[in-house]
Amino acid sequence: MSVDHKVDAGRRQLLLATSAAGGVAVAAVAVPFVGSLTPSERAKAAGAPVEVDISKLQPGQMMTVEWRGKPVWIINRTKEMLDSLKKTDGEVSDPNSDKPMQPEYAKNETRSIKPEILVAVGICTHLGCSPSDKFKTGPESGVSADWPGGFLCPCHGSTFDLAGRVYKSKPAPDNLEIPPHKYLADTKILIGDDGKA
Amino acid sequence: MTTKAQAVLDWVDERFPLTSSIKGHLTEYYAPKNFNFWYFFGSLALLVLVIQIVTGIFLVMHYKPDASLNASGVPVAFASVEYIMRDVPGGWIIRYMHSTGASAFFVVVYLHMFRGLLYGSYRKPRELIWIFGTLIFLALMAEAFMGYLLPWGQMSFWGAQVIVNLFSAIPVIGPDLSVVIRGDFVVSDATLNRFFSFHVIAVPLILIGLVVAHIVALHEVGSNNPDGVEIKKKKGADGHPLDGIPFHPYYTVKDIVGVVGFLIVFSFIVFFAPEGGGYFLEFNNFVPADPLKTPPHIAPVWYFTPFYSLLRAMVWPLFGLDAKFWGVVAMGGGVVIIAFLPWLDRSPAKSIRYRGPIFKTLLTIFIIGFAILGFLGTKPPSYAFFGVIPGAPVAQLFSLYYFLFFLTMPVWSKIDKCKPVPDRVTG
Repeated sequence: MSVDHKVDAGRRQLLLATSAAGGVAVAAVAVPFVGSLTPSERAKAAGAPVEVDISKLQPGQMMTVEWRGKPVWIINRTKEMLDSLKKTDGEVSDPNSDKPMQPEYAKNETRSIKPEILVAVGICTHLGCSPSDKFKTGPESGVSADWPGGFLCPCHGSTFDLAGRVYKSKPAPDNLEIPPHKYLADTKILIGDDGKA
Repeated sequence: MTTKAQAVLDWVDERFPLTSSIKGHLTEYYAPKNFNFWYFFGSLALLVLVIQIVTGIFLVMHYKPDASLNASGVPVAFASVEYIMRDVPGGWIIRYMHSTGASAFFVVVYLHMFRGLLYGSYRKPRELIWIFGTLIFLALMAEAFMGYLLPWGQMSFWGAQVIVNLFSAIPVIGPDLSVVIRGDFVVSDATLNRFFSFHVIAVPLILIGLVVAHIVALHEVGSNNPDGVEIKKKKGADGHPLDGIPFHPYYTVKDIVGVVGFLIVFSFIVFFAPEGGGYFLEFNNFVPADPLKTPPHIAPVWYFTPFYSLLRAMVWPLFGLDAKFWGVVAMGGGVVIIAFLPWLDRSPAKSIRYRGPIFKTLLTIFIIGFAILGFLGTKPPSYAFFGVIPGAPVAQLFSLYYFLFFLTMPVWSKIDKCKPVPDRVTG
């Protein structure tokens, strides 16, 4: 060993080439393992639209349905509730819904197709908790003395108004998502399909 | 030893370093003679690790990681935990040992880390021990978090929902990354199964590897002590440190005292207060997971709450990135910054015994602040002390202090007035 230090260039090259080929093989074997971590075909298929009958939903009431494993809220807003949206315009961070958190047809003052009926995904845009409804106004709500009604996320304290618009200086970055939906009849909503996408 | 036994030992030693390993790590590993009770917590952490592994092995024999609903409409995973508690002989005590063990692990590890802070155990030449320790802490957090999903209760579900969504705050890759972690677009059966796999195989393997590295590195450089002096600098004629005593039998015997004391407290909790007043096992986790309804108040288990407060403290967007992203940075940074301590501390003395008033004052505030952050993390964001002092700004103040303590350390640790450090340990 100590006598001959000369590197056999041919063997060294062969070693490098086989190591490189081995490295490529290891990388290729990693593909199915990483792939197995991504959603399965069954998980991808579970996204069928949901049909909801809202004929029994009284003004001021809210119902929750499950769509793609998430809660979707349907709220029948009273006139007072809709009026409160004008007051909160200055306090929410995206009053005109400029960020695309809703389909085009819900980019309006009430973030809905029909002014009184709000359809929203009940998942806070911060870290995915489901906010609680705080429809009572003022100190009775337990939120603040001048609370106009809306939603409070129990996890990190984000607040939303009755159009799902997030208040300023709260951890949640965006308004609540409005899912694609359409009216099949006057009191029948299809959530998850608006016939446009 | 009889000649026959000696012959067997010789046979083994020629093929495996048995005698030399026992000498190197136990009978001839010289530890400083002045260890006080703070030095119990390293061996106790090892004991809790063994408790968790043994109880875990037995729990897996009965637990089922399955989110589908059984005939009575209860998730199978949730029902299998109730089955362990009610129908498996001895199941309740094994399960309570495991759940109490999780909290005990963090109690012991936090005290172990605090000991390091007190006596400067992270200082040169023990930087790698400290880094391995920080990695153990991270692995432990991952292990605890994934284990908490398994009972598939309300807190399991929503806790996982929040923490996995943290990753979606990372710019560009975040949303895809959180899908890969969950294996689905929402926390689901796929998530439960992979967390089970990580909790029982992957993370424990990493944890054991890191613990071995932590101890090997420690035995390479030798233990620090309450005086923060290097005992290897003063050696006797026999080549052993003058202030050192063999780990076995001196510290094995001493550690048994610690073990007995620990087991008294541990058994009391297992038998009389396994829920720990809602801090060890949260009451809402006795309700099966409901993906449509977040419980009115959700908080992580107590050992995560100081870091959870760091997360909640960030409510302003910065540099065009969401507040949510900065919250994640604060939470992750709060853990990672601990690893940099060896290079942040410039004090001439290691141990608090010889350090000056600045360190003592700032450390006291740091510990109080950390406790307050932990307390506020268990409360809703609207919490106010005595109903008047709002908790959120207090948490923000102490979050700022948490980082300033570390980031300004190179300055104040240098100018602090230290006492002269003795050559030998003092008692």
